[in-house]
Amino acid sequence: MSDIADRVKKIVVTHLGVEAEKVTENASFIDDLGADSLDTVELVMAFEEEFKCEIPDDAAEHILTVGNAIDFLEKNAGSSAGKPAA
Amino acid sequence: MRRVVITGIGLVTPLGCGVEATWTRLLAGQSGARRVTEFEVSDLGCQIASFIPRGPKSEGLFEATEWMEAKEVRKVDEFIVYAMAAAEQAIVDSGFKAKTVEEQESTGVLIGSGIGGLNGIANTSILLKEQGPRRVSPFFIPGRLINLAAGYVSIRHQFKGPNHAVVTACSTGAHAIGDAARLVALGDAEVMVAGGAESPIGRIALAGFGACRALSTGFNDRPTAGSRPYDKDRDGFVMGEGAGIVVLESLEHAKARGAKIYAEVIGYGMSGDAFHITAPAADGDGAYRCMRMAVKRAGIDPSEIDYVNAHGTSTPMGDEIELAAVERLFGNSAGKLMMSSTKSSIGHLLGAAGSVEAIFSVLAMRDGIAPPTINLDNPSVESPIDLVAHKPKKREINTVLSNSFGFGGTNASLVMRRV
Repeated sequence: MSDIADRVKKIVVTHLGVEAEKVTENASFIDDLGADSLDTVELVMAFEEEFKCEIPDDAAEHILTVGNAIDFLEKNAGSSAGKPAA
Repeated sequence: MRRVVITGIGLVTPLGCGVEATWTRLLAGQSGARRVTEFEVSDLGCQIASFIPRGPKSEGLFEATEWMEAKEVRKVDEFIVYAMAAAEQAIVDSGFKAKTVEEQESTGVLIGSGIGGLNGIANTSILLKEQGPRRVSPFFIPGRLINLAAGYVSIRHQFKGPNHAVVTACSTGAHAIGDAARLVALGDAEVMVAGGAESPIGRIALAGFGACRALSTGFNDRPTAGSRPYDKDRDGFVMGEGAGIVVLESLEHAKARGAKIYAEVIGYGMSGDAFHITAPAADGDGAYRCMRMAVKRAGIDPSEIDYVNAHGTSTPMGDEIELAAVERLFGNSAGKLMMSSTKSSIGHLLGAAGSVEAIFSVLAMRDGIAPPTINLDNPSVESPIDLVAHKPKKREINTVLSNSFGFGGTNASLVMRRV
């Protein structure tokens, strides 16, 4: 497992209060991990902070599973999808 | 109107988490005040406050995650966690569970706070300025709004009746119980979970109340002596945090389920000073009319009241004004009245004060003992009223009055009686 995947999963466990085993790459934040729409907004913010990047709203809309987040961040961490985080 | 009774009580205070933990220390004359070490106070006039002692609930202490999931605790200001803890205690104590849809829909929540998520608002303002709007949490608003205490309690327990909140500064807790009792009396609900919660302690509140010249500043080296209502050396209140929540229900509902009944809420009075934004009117007329209305609504003579839990915040002006108003109401019967300010022990819990003190008044009836006014070494004025200095007093107590007065000139009084 990549370093990024590890860090993503850690954030998900902390923010959603779920057991680590449940945080698989296919797990959907809302359908499988009990997140609501506000939780997903906060998760994206936590990813931005951890990986020092900005995730634009249109990209965030497509981050629905743990795997989506890992894929996005593997491509964009540090460099950022758009502007660097403020 | 229907008769309304108290069947459950819950407390989180600077003396402990839980009714018995708090009450035992209150009767022992202890203080919850200490020097603030959590944040910088060297540039503040008041450097003391009354903090809830932290630790496991099995030891009568407070640990947030024992009352709310860790992931929820992160999202809210602490007044909401205190409300959840005190509500849970009160509901368990009452033995009531809303099992059917009908029971859920006839059970409501009315919990207020004086200033709600002030610390969260202050901290988020700094975050916004330093890091920009994208760092503002989606939980910032719902975790600070005052009515979210009632919201969270309703979601946890599936109470789908009236969901409401009171914001009347330091009268909040008393207004919440009074208003909720009205909702039950009028039939809008069978059961109401009601009270106040507050988590004000922080630099911004100490600076703000300090600027109003409302806080004690002369006891930074002796924190437990800072709150000293009626004493000639008092110089302001000591800020406290916590929550007091009661379960109210119609007498018929309580009887039908065989509930234990602590007391009946027989009188509720409200008034406005229409005088000044922070100072009480010197003639105490607002306080007097408030108590008079509560006693009239109760249909009793003031002489029937055995114990008054005073607002008595330990400010130079307020204490004597209230004392004079009580003397005026009680007239010749003042000589047999006991009145104490439990703020001497727990400090001033602002929006939670009224409900915490209503619960103390109920316990005074239950155990036949008036809690003391500690630190009352030299009363600033003579009074025929027994201010219960230093030590509690055992005596049969059947009827009590609890006063709460707030900034803006808002007053609330509750009269409760043994059933």
